[in-house]
Amino acid sequence: MSKNMNLTLKVWRQKNSDTKGKFVTYQADHVSPDMSFLEMLDVVNEDLTRKGDDPIHFDHDCREGICGSCSLHINGRPHGPKQGITTCQLHMRSFNNNDTVVIEPWRAEAFPVIKDLAVDRGAFDRIQAAGGFVSVNTGGVPDANAIAIPKVIADEAFNSATCIGCGACVAACKNASAMLFVSAKVSQLALLPQGQPERYRRVQAMVAQMDAEGFGSCTNTGACEAECPKEISITNIARMNRDYFTAKLIKQEEA
Amino acid sequence: MKLDSKIPEGPLAEKWSKHKFNLKLVNPANKRKYTVIVVGTGLAGSSAAASLAALGYNVKAFCYQDSPRRAHSIAAQGGINAAKNYQNDGDSVHRLFYDTIKGGDYRSREANVYRLAEVSVNIIDQCVAQGVPFAREYGGLLDNRSFGGSQVSRTFYARGQTGQQLLLGAYSALNRQINLGKVKMFTRHEMMDIVKIEGEAKGIVTRDLITGEIETHAAHAVLLCTGGYGNVFYLSTNAMGCNVTAAWKAHKRGAFFANPCFTQIHPTCIPVTGDHQSKLTLMSESLRNDGRVWAPKTAESAQKLRNGEIKATDLKEEDRDYFLERKYPAFGNLVPRDVASRNAKEIVDEGRGVGSSGIAVYLDFAESIQRLGEDAVRARYGNLFDMYQQITDENPYKQPMRIYPAVHYTMGGLWVDYNLQTTVKGLYCLGEANFSDHGANRLGASALMQGLADGYFVIPYTLGDYLATIGPDAVDLKNPAFEEAKKNVIDRVNQLLSLKGTKTVTEYHRELGHIMWEYCGMARDKEGLIKAKNMIRELREDFWKNARVSGISNEFNQSLENAGRVADFLELGELMIDDALDREESCGGHFRLESQTEEGEALRDDKNYAYAAAWEYKGDNQPEVLHKEEMVFENIKLSQRSYK
Repeated sequence: MSKNMNLTLKVWRQKNSDTKGKFVTYQADHVSPDMSFLEMLDVVNEDLTRKGDDPIHFDHDCREGICGSCSLHINGRPHGPKQGITTCQLHMRSFNNNDTVVIEPWRAEAFPVIKDLAVDRGAFDRIQAAGGFVSVNTGGVPDANAIAIPKVIADEAFNSATCIGCGACVAACKNASAMLFVSAKVSQLALLPQGQPERYRRVQAMVAQMDAEGFGSCTNTGACEAECPKEISITNIARMNRDYFTAKLIKQEEA
Repeated sequence: MKLDSKIPEGPLAEKWSKHKFNLKLVNPANKRKYTVIVVGTGLAGSSAAASLAALGYNVKAFCYQDSPRRAHSIAAQGGINAAKNYQNDGDSVHRLFYDTIKGGDYRSREANVYRLAEVSVNIIDQCVAQGVPFAREYGGLLDNRSFGGSQVSRTFYARGQTGQQLLLGAYSALNRQINLGKVKMFTRHEMMDIVKIEGEAKGIVTRDLITGEIETHAAHAVLLCTGGYGNVFYLSTNAMGCNVTAAWKAHKRGAFFANPCFTQIHPTCIPVTGDHQSKLTLMSESLRNDGRVWAPKTAESAQKLRNGEIKATDLKEEDRDYFLERKYPAFGNLVPRDVASRNAKEIVDEGRGVGSSGIAVYLDFAESIQRLGEDAVRARYGNLFDMYQQITDENPYKQPMRIYPAVHYTMGGLWVDYNLQTTVKGLYCLGEANFSDHGANRLGASALMQGLADGYFVIPYTLGDYLATIGPDAVDLKNPAFEEAKKNVIDRVNQLLSLKGTKTVTEYHRELGHIMWEYCGMARDKEGLIKAKNMIRELREDFWKNARVSGISNEFNQSLENAGRVADFLELGELMIDDALDREESCGGHFRLESQTEEGEALRDDKNYAYAAAWEYKGDNQPEVLHKEEMVFENIKLSQRSYK
C-alpha cells in the first residue's frame, strides 16, 4: 500500500455565469491513494465548510462512471490523465506526492459555467429532443423477437449507445464541436431497423439543433475519440456525415 | 382510516383485465385539459411522463439532476426480467409471479405481483421498438441469462449497463414528447413539498437549484417517481443525490409510509476501504452466473490471507469452502440476495473473512475462465472487471474478486393501492419509491421491470379513472394552500441556512449511516434497535444545534441541498427503527436475531406478521401510528422459503 500524498490544487472558482472566474490554490494533504478524485475534493470541501468558506461546486451523482454528471478538466484533459474512465472513476493512485493539479470546468460556449466547475449541458438534451428517438407510442408494438437484428449490427449499435452524455468530447475539441456526441446518438438508431423510417429526418433535425446551440465545427483532429470515457469511435462521425449528405442530396423527400 | 387496497375481485389471472375495463376513461378531447406533475425521471418517471403525454395529457416533469438521463436507474447493471419464455425452459407469467412472491418472502400483494408478471412481456416489446440494444444471439433474436432466485433464464440484458439502455429508451420517448410540446421539463429542480387542497394533491413546491427560487406548480394529479432511500445508510450503491425528501414530504402531508425497514443489502459489492469513502460500487448479480463464492475453510488460513502471507490462489481446493454451493445445492451461487448476503456476514463473523479488513469473501472466476476462456468471460463481464480493477487496483482475471454486501435497494416506500395511489387522493407513487411489489426482498432484475411496468403500463390506465372522477376544471394557483406550502418551504430553507455550528452535514450523515448499518442492517435485535432509536434522536437534536450549512438561498448551493436531504434522513431513520422493532419476525432482508430456524435461516411468523406495516405521520416528534394491511394469499401456499 503506497503512502498518503500532499497535493497542490489550482481550482477554477466562479460565483455564477455573470461573474468572472479565477484560479484559487488549495492544499490537499494526507490524500489516500485509494480515494477517488471526487472523494479527494469532498475532503477539501469539508475543510472549506468548517472554515466558513464556500465549498467547490461540481456536478457528480452515480460515482460509478455511468450517469455522465461529472465533468472535470484535470491538468488539461477531460476526466483526467487516464484513458476510458470518468473523473469519478479516477483514483488518486494516478497522482504522485507533491503534484500540482489544475482543475477546470468544461470550456465551451455552448456549455456556460453555472458555478465553479459545474456547467450547463442542456444543449445535449435539446439536441436529443430535436430527433433522437423512434416515434412510437406506448403499447401496440410488435413482439420483441419479431425484429431479428444481426448480432454484428446490434453490437455496433450498442457501441454507439454506450455514450453517457458527459460532454468530454466537446471539452477535448479545440473547436468545441459536439460531433462525436451527436453522431453516436444518430448512429445507434441509423444502424437499427427500428430507426430506419425516420433516419434522414432525424439526422437533419439533430444537426440543425447542434448548430443552433453554438457548437463548433469538426476538423477531424480526433481529440474527442481520444478523451471519450466510453471510447466511442469517430467512425460514428463519418457515418453521420454520410447520412446527412444523403439526406440533403437524395432523400430530401423522406425527411 | 382503514386501508383499502382496491384489489379487484375475481380470479387472479383476470383481475387486471377486468379492472382495466371497469376503470373510467377520459375522452381524447378532454385529456388536453388536464395537467399531471411527474417528479423524478428515472425509469418509472420517464416512462410515465412519456406515456401520459402520448395519451394527450399535459405533463410537467421534474428532476434534480441536470438532465433526465442522469436519474439513478441509469446505473442498473444486470438486467430486466420478463416472462417471455423465449428459452423454452418452462417460464410463464405464473412462474414469474410465483418466484417474485416467494423471493419477497410472502410479504407482497398477490394481485400486484401477478399484474407485474403479466405486463413484463410488454415492456420488452416496448423497449425493443424504441431501439434499446439488448443482447442478441447470432440468429438475431434476443438473448437471456439467469439471475438469483429463479431456475429459468428470463433476464434480458444490455452488457453490464441494462439500466442505462432502458433509461435512454424511456428518455428518448420523453424527449419526443418534449419536442411535441406535451411535456415541459424542469431539470435541476428539487421537489420541496406537496400542495393539498381539500385533502387532494393539487401541486408541488420546488426549488430551482440554480437560482434558488421557490416555485409553485399546480396540476390535477401528482406522481412521485423519486426512487429509494438507501442513502439513509450513508454508504450505499445509490447515487450521491438519491434521497427520500419527496416521499418524506408527502408522508408528512398524509401519505402512509409502508415497510420502511425492508431494505436490500446486495451481496456482491466492492468492500469498504476507509472513512473517506463516499459510496460503494455494486458488482452485478449476473457475475454469480459464472463466479463462485468462497471463503477459506479455517480462520487460520483467513488470517494468513489478511496478513498477506499467502494469496487466494495459493489455497488448495480442499481448503476452500464454497459455502453457497455447499448449503444450497439446488440454487448454488444463485440464491436470492438476502440469503447470499447473510451467509457472507456469517463467514466474516466466524473470522473467515478475507482482504486487509477481513470484511469480505471471494467471488472467483478461475473455473469459468478455464471452462470458457478469458475472452468469453471478458465479453460477458469485461466492463465490470474493468470497474473492479479501477477501484481496487487488483486484476480479477488473475485473482478472485473480494466482495461484501452493501445497501442497494429499498423495498419499503409510500403505501399505494392497486391503482398506485397513496393514502392522499391524487397523489400517486411509482417505482422504487412505492412499497408494492417486492415484499421483504427484491429479486435481481426486478427493479427495472417494476419501474417500467408502473410507468408504461399501469399508471396510464389507473390515473385516468381518478382524473375522470374529478373533472378537468383548472387548479387555481392562487389558492392559499400554495402560498402556505411555499412559506413552509422558505422557512425550512432559512432554518437550514441559519445553522452555523461546527460539524459538517456529511459528518452527521456518516454517523447516521453507522447507526443504521450497525443496528438496522443485515441483523437486527430488540436491544440494539432501542439503543439506535435513542442515538438517532440525539443525533437529530444535535444536527439542528451544531450543524454547519454554507452559502445563501438564492444561488446554486449544494451544501444547502445536501443539508435538506440529510435532515429528512434523520427523521426517516427513526421510523425505520420503529418498523423493525414492530416486526418481531424475520422475513427476507429483515433478519431479527430472535427469529431464526435451527439452520439460521429467516423464520417468518405468518400468524402475526403477514401484513404490510403502513405508518401514519402525526406531527414532529410524535410517535407514528401503525396501520396494517393484511397480505392475503389465495393462490400461493405460504411455506418456509427454501433454496436447498
